[in-house]
This record gives sequence, structure tokens and C-alpha cells, in this order.
Amino acid sequence: MAELLVYSERVDTARELVAGGKELAAALGLGVSAVALGPGAGAAASELAGAGADTVYVSEDAAFDGWPADAVAAGLAQIVEQAGASVVLVGSTRRGKETAPRLAQKLGAGCVTDVNSLVVEDGELLAGRYAFGGATVAREKLATATKVFAVMPKTFSADGASAGAGNVVTPALTVSTAVKLVDRRAKEGDHVNLDAAPIIVGVGRGFNAREDLALGDDLAAALGAVVGCTKSLADFKWLGEDRIIGLSGAKTAPDLYLSVGVSGQIQHTVGVSAAKLIAAVNKDKEAPIFGMADYGLVGDLYQVLPALVERLKSV
Amino acid sequence: MDIVVCVKTNPDLQMVRIKHREAVTEAVPYKIGDLEKNALEAAVVLRDAVGGKVTALCLAEGNRKAAEGIKEALAMGADEAVVIDDPALAEPDQAAVAAALAAAVKKIGACDLLLFGEGSTDNYTGQVGARVAELLGLPQIGYARKMEAADGAVRCERSMDDMIETLEAPLPAVVTVVSEINEPRIPGLTQIMKAKSKPLQVWALADLGLDAPAPVREIVSNLAEEQDRKRILFEGAAAEQADAFVNALIKEGVLRR
Repeated sequence: MAELLVYSERVDTARELVAGGKELAAALGLGVSAVALGPGAGAAASELAGAGADTVYVSEDAAFDGWPADAVAAGLAQIVEQAGASVVLVGSTRRGKETAPRLAQKLGAGCVTDVNSLVVEDGELLAGRYAFGGATVAREKLATATKVFAVMPKTFSADGASAGAGNVVTPALTVSTAVKLVDRRAKEGDHVNLDAAPIIVGVGRGFNAREDLALGDDLAAALGAVVGCTKSLADFKWLGEDRIIGLSGAKTAPDLYLSVGVSGQIQHTVGVSAAKLIAAVNKDKEAPIFGMADYGLVGDLYQVLPALVERLKSV
Repeated sequence: MDIVVCVKTNPDLQMVRIKHREAVTEAVPYKIGDLEKNALEAAVVLRDAVGGKVTALCLAEGNRKAAEGIKEALAMGADEAVVIDDPALAEPDQAAVAAALAAAVKKIGACDLLLFGEGSTDNYTGQVGARVAELLGLPQIGYARKMEAADGAVRCERSMDDMIETLEAPLPAVVTVVSEINEPRIPGLTQIMKAKSKPLQVWALADLGLDAPAPVREIVSNLAEEQDRKRILFEGAAAEQADAFVNALIKEGVLRR
């Protein structure tokens, strides 16, 4: 049986892709295999075997340390051939997104990156991704025999995947990388995880000064929320780039996204369009953000935010 | 050091309007993408430091006004420019773009460093740099926010999900850059005038020894999403708005205490 092959250097993303891949594979008549690469991949492999993959290909070859694109693409291409895979799902993380096109080029395959929906229609895979800076959603099909899709984390849920055979295989691979890892260090400061936050307060250019962002911090604290921002505030260096929401930052799906002083340009809102609830504070009643919000507070954030913090004290 | 910078003209996204769920791009100005300008700036700075030549390479893609974009690249400091213009590449997929660019880089000949933006501002697929690297058999470093090149190697710092990495690759190599790497210059009038006399070549697919590409991808539809939101607005005194809004949030069940 031909295979649908799943790979991500992030185990949580790989588990999601196994779960989502199983449904697609069932509709296409394919089996599901997963790949774990790099030092320590053995542990990831057993997790993926438990998550529903029929076969897990694992290699702890030192060339995969740091997941360089040239070595990972070469390794995956060899596994694709051994497994007889016709569909490859790669997690569309930064690393996955530089690897998937290289793999596709090796395989003579078409590739779609940043896929945020993937379904089978009339027996064919149909991938959705944002286009025109997020203004539209392009639905794309690939015409090649082998197809590579780089799928955004959280596109599928890892829950509820049916069990697979879970065979762990160690393939013989010939891989090397020309890229040398000189240094790797954790990012300084608090690591912000917008992906996992149930509530996000998003701040934008409606704030007059950097120190005024304390109002947004107070509101976030009262809501138990994490603060994110538009790209412009990161460009001003008011907040770090890991807080950017939107096309050039995080694509989130919180229970509540509350924007403050955000006009609602599509390059930003593309990062919150999957939120269960969207609310907005803005003094301009005509701001585009109100057109896509469930709740809008039309008013000066310098008055509305303290009032909200006060009101939330009695919840 | 001979550097080739791949640039593309992109529609000004602030000017794209949605009509009947379709993006309207008529009368929208096209310009070189922001990240490609970062790549050009990085190339010009490096050339000024170590000597050599910067060639701007642009694939025209039909009506995307590549002729104007390439002039801007020359004004920013590129020494020469090449435009690939062929009717068969009016709406190319990434495999077709990569094949044409890789063939053009080979024809240009001397290339120690091949630079791209991390993605184009319009569709941001980020595929072309990696595909060209594979076609030319070159190492690639993505997302560079600092770059230095000397002694036959390029060294880049890049920011990944929770890590800062420093990577080094032997030249020739492909590097894609992010906006943090620099602040692209805005060319002055003298530079714009000088750009007009710089060498510019236009190549068709036949000049590159390529046939019209077989499409690998079909765009089935490309429409704005329909947002189904409640659009309830609260106005009036701040305290009243806050009260009504928080009550609504309690009803929605999103305030977990």
C-alpha cells in the first residue's frame, strides 16, 4: 500500500499530523507512516508509534542535529522512496518551511506551504492557505505524483487518533550537511507562547507611548491573558518579535482575542481569524476591526481599559 | 565577492481591495518586496566591504511591472540586472520560478552568494530559495538576521522558534533574510539617475535553454473568507461599556475563574 508520510521536528506537531493524516489517508486508501530524525529521535518515535502511525522511520544520524534543511530533505527523500510514499505532510514551522520545498524539489513534487486546511474532495487533496497577505484564502491542488504539504501546527487535533500498528523501523540513510552549527542558545527573556494562550490581549498603534502598554499588561493580568501585538509595535521595538500576531508572526486560535488600539489590517487579523471570540477596543467606530469582531467597545482605550480592569475585579 | 539577489515585484497590499470576495489588483502599484529590499541592502553592504559585484535577478511574471522594480534595485546599488521575461511565465508556480532562476544563475556564471527574502510579501510561500538551493546543489541558511561572509564561508545568525542559532556554510551558498537584518536604503536622485546607465539584460526561457514549464499546482479558488461574527457594539461611558462587555464574556463562558 502506498503511504502518507508525516514529519515534523516538533513531536506535538508530528502527532497532530499523524492524527489528521489518518483521516486523509483513509479517504485516499493510503497507510500512515511517520518520521523522527535527529539525536533523541528514538523517544519521539515511540510516541508517534503510540499516536497512531503504522510505521515510524527513525534515524539518530548526527547529520540531523539541528535539523539542517539539506540533510533532512535528503533523508526524507530516501524514506519517501523506501516507504513508497505519495503524500508527505511536514509541519510548517520555520524549520519545516525551509525543508519542505527542498524535499519537493528533490522529488520533482509540487508543494504547498503554510497550509491551514487540508481535505480530500473528489478523491483529491485540496489545501487551503492565505494569499494576498491574508486577504484571501487560496485553495490549491497539486498535479504531481508525489505531493508535499507543509501544514501549520494546530491545523489538526492530536486527540482521538485510532491506534496504528506502530512498527519502528531504522532505515539505512546516506545523509550529510554542508551547514555547520556554530552556536545555539535559548532566546533571552521570557519566552512567550501565544499558541497555547486561551486569552490574548493584542495591542496596536492606538497606544501613544511605550510606557502606556502597562494598561494593556494590567488588562491581560486581570483576564489571565498573554499580550500579543501588531507588527508595527515590534517594529518600534516596543515589544519583542515573538509577540507579533499575524502574517509575519503567530497564527493563533484562542478562546478570546481582545484587541486594543488595533485598526484591523488583514496582515494582523489573519493571525486571529480562528479565535472563538473576537473583541475590540478602538476609538474609531469605522475601524475595520469592528467588522470582524463579536464585541466592540467604541471608546478611548485610556478610559476603557482601566474601567475593564476595575469591572473584572468583581468577577 | 559576486552576489546575486533574487527580487520580485509585489502588489502593494495596502491598496488591494476585496470586491465580491475577490482581490482586485488592477491599478494597484507593484514594487520590490520589503524582504527582497533587505536582501539587496545586505548584498550592497557586503560588496562595499569586501569588493565584487551585485546582480539583481528578477522574474517578470506578466504584468507585475518588473521593469520599474529592477530600476529600483539598480538605484539601491546593484551593479547589473537581469530580468527573465517570457509569456510562459505569466503566472508561474514555485517550481517554474525556481527552475528559471536557477538556470539564470548558471548563465550569469560567477555567484558566490545567492540571496533571497524569506518570502514574498504577497503570498509568502518561502519555497523558491530552498528549491533553487536544491537545483544548484548549494547549502542554504534561512531566516538570517545577521550575515557576514569571508574566507569562502558565510556565517549567519537566525532566530528560530525558541532558539537563536549561528550557522556557517561554505560558499557558494543560498541565504534568505528577514527584516531585522537591516534598514534598506532609500535611493537618492543621483542613484536613480545613475541606475539608468547600468547594464540590464532581458532573457526569455529559450535564452536559458528551458521549455515552458509543466504546471505542478492548480489554484482552484482564491477568495476572501466570510467572517461570521456577532458585531455587537458597546458605546457610551467607559464603565457602562465595561460592565456590558464583561457580562457578555461571562455569558460566553470565556472567563474561567
